[in-house]
Amino acid sequence: MKRTGSQAIWEALVGEGVETVFGYPGGAIMPAYDALPGYPIRHVLVRHEQGAAHMADGYARASGKVGVAIATSGPGATNLVTGIATAMMDSSPMVCITGQVSSLVLGTDAFQETDITGVTLPITKHNYLVTRAEDIYPTLREAFHLARSGRPGPVHVDITKDAQQAAFEFHPGDGPPPRSGRKVRPSPPVDLDRAAALIDCAERPLVLSGHGIVRSGATELLVEFAEKTGTPVASTLLGLGGFPASHPLSMGMMGMHGEAWVNKAIQEADLLIALGMRFDDRVTGKLSTYAVNARKIHVEIDPSEINKNVKVDVALMGDAAWALRELLGRVRSRPRAAWHARIAEMKGDTAVRDIQSLPPSGRLFAAHVLHDLWRLTAGRALVVTDVGQHQMWEAQYYKHERPRSLITSGGLGTMGFALPAAIGARFARPDDEIWVVAGDGGFQMTACELSTCAQENLKVNVAIINNGYLGMVRQWQEFFYSRRYVATPLLSPDFVKLAEAHGLLGLRVSKREEIEGAVAQARKATCTTVVDFRVEQEDSVYPMVPANSDLRDMIRRPSPMLETGADP
Amino acid sequence: MKVAHTYVATVEDRPGALNRVVSLFRRRGFNIASLTVGTTECPGVSRITLVVNSDADTAGRVKANLEKLVDVLQVQDLTGVAALTREYALVKASVPPEKRPELLRLCSVFRARVVDVSPATLTVEITGTPDKVDALLEVVRPYGIAEMVRTGPLAMGRGAEVNEIKVQAGMAA
Ligand SMILES: Cc1ncc(C[n+]2csc(CCOP(=O)(O)OP(=O)(O)O)c2C)c(N)n1
Ligand SMILES: [Mg+2]
Repeated sequence: MKRTGSQAIWEALVGEGVETVFGYPGGAIMPAYDALPGYPIRHVLVRHEQGAAHMADGYARASGKVGVAIATSGPGATNLVTGIATAMMDSSPMVCITGQVSSLVLGTDAFQETDITGVTLPITKHNYLVTRAEDIYPTLREAFHLARSGRPGPVHVDITKDAQQAAFEFHPGDGPPPRSGRKVRPSPPVDLDRAAALIDCAERPLVLSGHGIVRSGATELLVEFAEKTGTPVASTLLGLGGFPASHPLSMGMMGMHGEAWVNKAIQEADLLIALGMRFDDRVTGKLSTYAVNARKIHVEIDPSEINKNVKVDVALMGDAAWALRELLGRVRSRPRAAWHARIAEMKGDTAVRDIQSLPPSGRLFAAHVLHDLWRLTAGRALVVTDVGQHQMWEAQYYKHERPRSLITSGGLGTMGFALPAAIGARFARPDDEIWVVAGDGGFQMTACELSTCAQENLKVNVAIINNGYLGMVRQWQEFFYSRRYVATPLLSPDFVKLAEAHGLLGLRVSKREEIEGAVAQARKATCTTVVDFRVEQEDSVYPMVPANSDLRDMIRRPSPMLETGADP
Repeated sequence: MKVAHTYVATVEDRPGALNRVVSLFRRRGFNIASLTVGTTECPGVSRITLVVNSDADTAGRVKANLEKLVDVLQVQDLTGVAALTREYALVKASVPPEKRPELLRLCSVFRARVVDVSPATLTVEITGTPDKVDALLEVVRPYGIAEMVRTGPLAMGRGAEVNEIKVQAGMAA
């Protein structure tokens, strides 16, 4: 049958089971848009292409499926870049389709021509420039396959306008099967045996649970493993939810803003079992003093991560679910009560002292908001966080019980991620309660997507943790730059009115007693609701391991403030 | 300790494939000592010989990172294994006529061949291991090297074992 290249795009997407795409039209992608009606795909018109990429990413993280973003050539394509880099760093499966100028003028600096495959080469798993209509379908199929296979990631397909317009004889069954990308050879049994032997003889083992647990759906296996071996589980930021926070063996988050006892436990452990995590510098602190007493087992789907930052004793290539299944059959059951007692001791001694349990001082702290939000939503909401202090407070105070219940930009730390990512997640999880937790700064980077919520009739709740500062940067200025607050005080619009200007509901909270009512009102409203939480302006996230420091060298919350409520 | 590691990568001949390899090295800060590209027995497949100066850990990651590239079919590590490593060089020496016989005698020791002569210069070609090329250059240097180019090494394992090119399913796309 005769098809145009544009039709081949949609045929490929329908074939891949895509129901929703996020995009923004323009000259070089107009033929594709023109062919969209007639295909069972919902197009969500974004307000900025960065939003489209984050939406595709949020969709992918919420569903485990591949998210799709579409943009035109030149500025449309370059606007995707931040979102692609974000997905790359957090291994999120995504396909970005961009229009490109006609192949006849490629390379001539034609109107809206950007060498976008040159730009996205280092921030994609793979990319393509397609100049012939008949190559579109097989290329897109391969792109989807690559995006979701192995270590997932973004794949970019740039399609010239003439390829979209050309007609060709289309036979979807023909064409070569997609290339598979590198298949990891799973580690041989002897390595699994060595890992099991290390686990069996460890007195103080600790699991470091990462994004790979969530990605491979290994939560139940991890619970079984932890219980059988008596191994406590610490989590990376992206691993939160991969192990239920209420489980007695759950330790909470590790790293720069991790719980103090978790970092101490890492330094005291005699074995680290790293599952689907990559020893990021925000997790390890100073490498030369990181867990020097511990043997290390590293379960990784990407062999290039092995021995990158931390040298390990046993590397197990494969996904976390596979490794846990293999290990479960090999390890001995051990209670390890002494180690648990030691951890309880550290915890009692050094736990984050909860601001939220202090006697009321009349002041509203972000910790109050996050703690109450957790309580009021029974810990069951899907929370999408932006980047900054509020992101860390969320990780500390909102206890995640289920995988894929926290979506956040970990590796790239992209401000502006939360609202669009939540919109994407909404399409993946139509029935779940979704809360955006964003700072006053980051929210403004992509606040234009409120308009998308209005146009598409979407329901998400937005909690703006409004501290009047680019808070995380202000905190670093406070700690490391002698409190010179250069370019961090931030004037914001009236967020309540901003919501209202979009025909949405806006609420304001400035006292702790008001939280419950506002959350209830937001949950009840059928439209997207923005709650402006006016929190303490100069609060900081504690504890904090300064960059490149020993994990034991934590900055703790100064206690006078705790006890008296006086300014720090 | 940093030593020279030699890799042979077979790569699908697609637009940008070489760019991806080079971009990877730039981005990860791997230090390329030499890179050569050529065709192979298999149409549509190029062969890259790469020499990287690195420690053992980095070398392991070089291979793992190369293998992640979709266009890379396979990567062979020829470091420390029995392999043929050959390089070609052209050396233009500026030698006055009276010193030529001496230089030619030295060149013959290296089996270097004269390929061009002018009143002021003498150009020789040499094929051999990188060490041999180095040694020739040492010998010619006192006479004055006007211009020199070397290809960088090509490598291939010795013996019956073959680095067979396994074409990927969708390659014809
Ligand atoms: C796009 C982008 N620009 C700059 C930064 C650097 N940065 C990290 S946190 C932060 C402050 C965030 O302020 P806000 O959104 O108000 O959140 P808060 O820290 O106050 O909770 C900045 C500027 C970043 N992460 N992303
Ligand atoms: Mg702020």
